[in-house]
Parts: sequence; C-alpha cells; structure tokens
Amino acid sequence: MSLSLTDVQKIARLSQLTLSDDEQAQTLTQLNTVFGLIDQMSAVDTTGIEPLMHPIAMIESVQQRLRTDAVSESNNRDKNMANAPQADQGYFLVPKVIE
Amino acid sequence: MLHNLSIRQLREQLDNKKVSAVELAQHFLDRATAHADLNAFIRRDPEVTLVQARAADEAMAHNQSGALTGIPIAHKDLFVTTDFATTAGSKILAQYISPFDATVVARLKNAGAVTLGKLNMDEFAMGSSNEHSHYGAVKNPWDTTRVSGGSSGGSACAVAAGLTVGATGTDTGGSIRQPASFTGITGIKPTYGRVSRYGMIAYASSLDQAGPMARTAEDCAILLNAMHGFDERDSTSMARDSEDFTRLLGQKFSNEASESQPLKGLRIGIPSEFYGAGLDAEVKQTTLAAIQQFEQLGATLVDVHLPKTELSIPTYYVIAPAEASSNLSRFDGVRYGYRAEQYTDLEDMYRKSRSEGFGWEVKKRIMIGTYVLSHGYYDAYYLQAQRLRRMIAQDYQDALAQCDVIMGPVAPTTAWRMGEKSDDPVQMYLEDVYTLSLNLAGLPGMSVPCGFSSTGLPIGLQIIGHYFDEARLLQIAHAYQNASDWHTRRPTVAQ
Repeated sequence: MSLSLTDVQKIARLSQLTLSDDEQAQTLTQLNTVFGLIDQMSAVDTTGIEPLMHPIAMIESVQQRLRTDAVSESNNRDKNMANAPQADQGYFLVPKVIE
Repeated sequence: MLHNLSIRQLREQLDNKKVSAVELAQHFLDRATAHADLNAFIRRDPEVTLVQARAADEAMAHNQSGALTGIPIAHKDLFVTTDFATTAGSKILAQYISPFDATVVARLKNAGAVTLGKLNMDEFAMGSSNEHSHYGAVKNPWDTTRVSGGSSGGSACAVAAGLTVGATGTDTGGSIRQPASFTGITGIKPTYGRVSRYGMIAYASSLDQAGPMARTAEDCAILLNAMHGFDERDSTSMARDSEDFTRLLGQKFSNEASESQPLKGLRIGIPSEFYGAGLDAEVKQTTLAAIQQFEQLGATLVDVHLPKTELSIPTYYVIAPAEASSNLSRFDGVRYGYRAEQYTDLEDMYRKSRSEGFGWEVKKRIMIGTYVLSHGYYDAYYLQAQRLRRMIAQDYQDALAQCDVIMGPVAPTTAWRMGEKSDDPVQMYLEDVYTLSLNLAGLPGMSVPCGFSSTGLPIGLQIIGHYFDEARLLQIAHAYQNASDWHTRRPTVAQ
C-alpha cells in the first residue's frame, strides 16, 4: 500500500490537524515507511481468531463494570474550569458557531 | 551518602532519627539543582516539597508513620497532581493544573511519600528516547551524550543519578523497562489492571500501565505496595485483593531450595526469538551470562517459543496510535490546554490549537491512528491487529505453561547517541521489539541491571511472568540482586 498526498490531506483533516506543504511531504514519506512495516500484518491468516480487546480476557471473563447511579463527587465547577483558555460565568467560550 | 541508600535503608534512618524528612528532601532538592543539566525534571517547587516533608516529620513525631513517610519520590509528568502543574511533556498542557490527584499520586501521598517534583518524559509517553519532549531531551547519567531511554526517561535518569530514591513510571510498550535498562536501575511493569490508570493521562488505554522505578527489586516492591489496588474510578482496574509484594523477598523459591540455591525449582523460559538477528552481541552475551548466574542459583532453563515476536511491532503500531488518536481528541483548546492565538472559526481554532500544541511524533501517531480507524480500513488494520494481539498473547500462554518466568534482553542495544535515530521513525520503533508484546498480552515484566557494555553503558535483563505474578518476579529479581552487585553501580554524578 502506498499513500498519496491527497490521502495525507484527508487524514490530517480527520485528525483536526493543519499541515504545511513541507509537513505534508514529510508526513507522506514517514507514513509510507510506517505502513510498510504495518502491512507485514496482512500476511498472517487470522481466520477464526477473536479480536482481543482487553488482555486479561486471556485468563478470565472481563465485563465492563457499572456503578450505581448515585452522586459521588461534590460540585467543583470553578476548579474544574480554571484551566479553560476562555470562560465566563461557568461557560466555556468558543468562537461564534451560529450567525 | 544519603542518595545511595535504598528506601528500606532510608526508612531505618528516618525511624532512628538519624535524618529528618526535611533534611532528606533538602538533600535531594539540592542534588536536583546541582544536576539540572540532566534535564530529568520538568517541574520542581521546593516550597511544596518541604511542606510535605514537614508534615512527614510531624507524623513521625506522633508515631503515625506509614511505609513511605518521609521517603522522597518523584512522579512522571503523565500523572496529574494538584500540587504541581502537569504537562505530559507537551506544549499543549504547558499551563495545566489538575483539579484532582491521580490515584497513584494520592495513594503514595497517603503512604507518606514526599514529592520532589514532576519528571520529564516523551510527549504523551510516545517515544523510546525521551527526545520527543517539548521540554528537551533527558541526558543519560552514564554518558550525557546519550539518551536515557523513554518514555519514562526522566524517571530513569533521576533514579540513576541519585536525584530521587524512587519514581513512578508508565509503560505502554516498554516505557518503564527500556529506560530502566538504559540507566542501570530496576523497574516493573505490573499486570494490566493492577495499578489504577485514573489521573494518568491516557496514551493507549488497553496497554497503559503504571509501575515503580527504583534501585532495587525490594524498593520496587515497597513502592508497588502503595501504588496498586482496585480503583472504581478506573473502568479497567482489576478487582483483586491487595497484596504485600515484599512477602516473598528472601524466601526460598521451593521446598528443594537452599541457602546457596534459593531459586532451586525455578524454570526459566528462553525464547529463541529474543536472541536472534538484530540483538547487539554484547547485550546478548551479558544477558546470557546473567541467566547463567540464575542457573547457579538453582534455576533450570527451558526452550520456549514466541514466534510472533516481530509481528508485535506492526500490531502495536496499529493499536497504540488508534487508541491515542481517540484519547487525544480531547485536546481541542476549549476546556483546558493550549489555544491558538489567531483563528477564523471554531474548526480553525481546533486545528490551529492542536497543530501548534502537539509535537511531531504525537501528530504522526494521531494520523496513523486516525487512518487505521477510518472507514474502509478498520477491519484490515484495527481488527486484524486485535486478532494478532490474541495470537501473541496465546503464544505467551503456551510458553508460560512450560516455565515460571521468561528471560531475555529488554532492548536490542544499549542507550544510543542523541539524535542518532531521529530521522527514520521505523528505526526507533524496531528498538521496542522485546518489550511491546508484553503490553499486548497484558503480562507483568521487569528490567533488572545485569551488566555493562565495554563502553560502560548499563544493560538490563527482562524478566516476564504470569498474570498477577509480580510478587514472584520481585522475589526472583531480589534473589539475583542478593547474588550480584550490578544494581549497586552508580554513575559518577551519583557517587
């Protein structure tokens, strides 16, 4: 498999990243090298093998744990919002999205 | 010298009032300042450290000390802390102050440990050399022209250089074991789910695991005692009873074992795939010599096979970037982290903030991950990798059915020169060939100092165990450290 510059532009867009022309060219070269390595996988016959999502499932059944729907944390809004680049009265501020 | 004592020895000094927690903290703070050129720390705040040390002295004066009261440690900057800013080695989190402590941080704090600061690392734990940190590369204290390994390079450097007694690290594909090997210290990556991931900034959630890094297996056991345990705030934390990881230290391995052969009965699996092409001759020789010493201690060797060892590299470099691309989508310049100064609209703000905030290796892995998860490629890449993951884990199960532990090199080489592997990304990925498969399988593994190259660079032995068998691994490593002195060697800066 070999990626094209158009593929790189699409991947960057899906990744919410902006790449300069130089970076696009660099990405193309590097991703093609990495996928050269990754494509070794395709030669392996994995028919009938279940995907392994959680490693401990190798030895015991693993279930997603659920907790009771109860309040466990105290309200900490100011502290939780203190890292926001822009905030006002408990709201995160972003550029206008609706005219 | 205080900085050459182990946690156990420092405990005695503190309990016998030979030294106070404040004196101890000050000693290490001074050392970190004197050796700031190693770049092990991203953040220190002596005031905060000394407040914690004074509280430890107070607790000891009231006979309320725990196992780690007054013991100075430092955290990899991937763990969020309320007392220090947290960066994850990234520009995107340059100003981040967490509203809560990671569970590991809280547990060590509760055990009385004093925090010296936050340790340098590859950005978001992506790297094997610590050269991918926004805050600069970490130098190897054995040879400052060389890398300290990664991604827990700051942790490894600080322990090796005597800037702290112990440190936290994280291991997604070798990030505790490889830097431990490169700097001549001891580190353990526990079984997946053993230590809480809550507050540990996520890289690849199905692989990430935290563990201790220190001089000795005994110190690792003491730190792991405080760090591990079920945490309902981590959805993949395993509900198991807490353990005392020091309980087997110094114990005979079996009934046939004796004083001179404490490991009699131990079966060590030797996978031929770990000793083939690509392995540096000196690393191979040193590793085999260490295994020979295990034989003298009573162990027997068993040939085992891990036929998919090389395939663990492509498998890992699909799964880890895929999970990273999802985990790192939270960095959008809205709720926390860096926001670009100029942008035209919301989408432009996301893109500029991320593009200016992330370093190159992180962007690259996000793009690899985005691609393998994208429409039309998910089955061929992600699902195929997850199927291979099961095959790799099954190979380990088959191998471990014939032995108690598996031993081999941690990395194919010793620490390389800074900049040496920066140009070709795949070159550096290949360095992880002996460590990645363990994370894919979720098994515990250690790096234990076992010798030096002819140029004086440390070499680590990897010991891999059964799921949840950390106490055994530590017992075996401790027995080896009782019979060898590699772990006591110090670089010049720590003498």
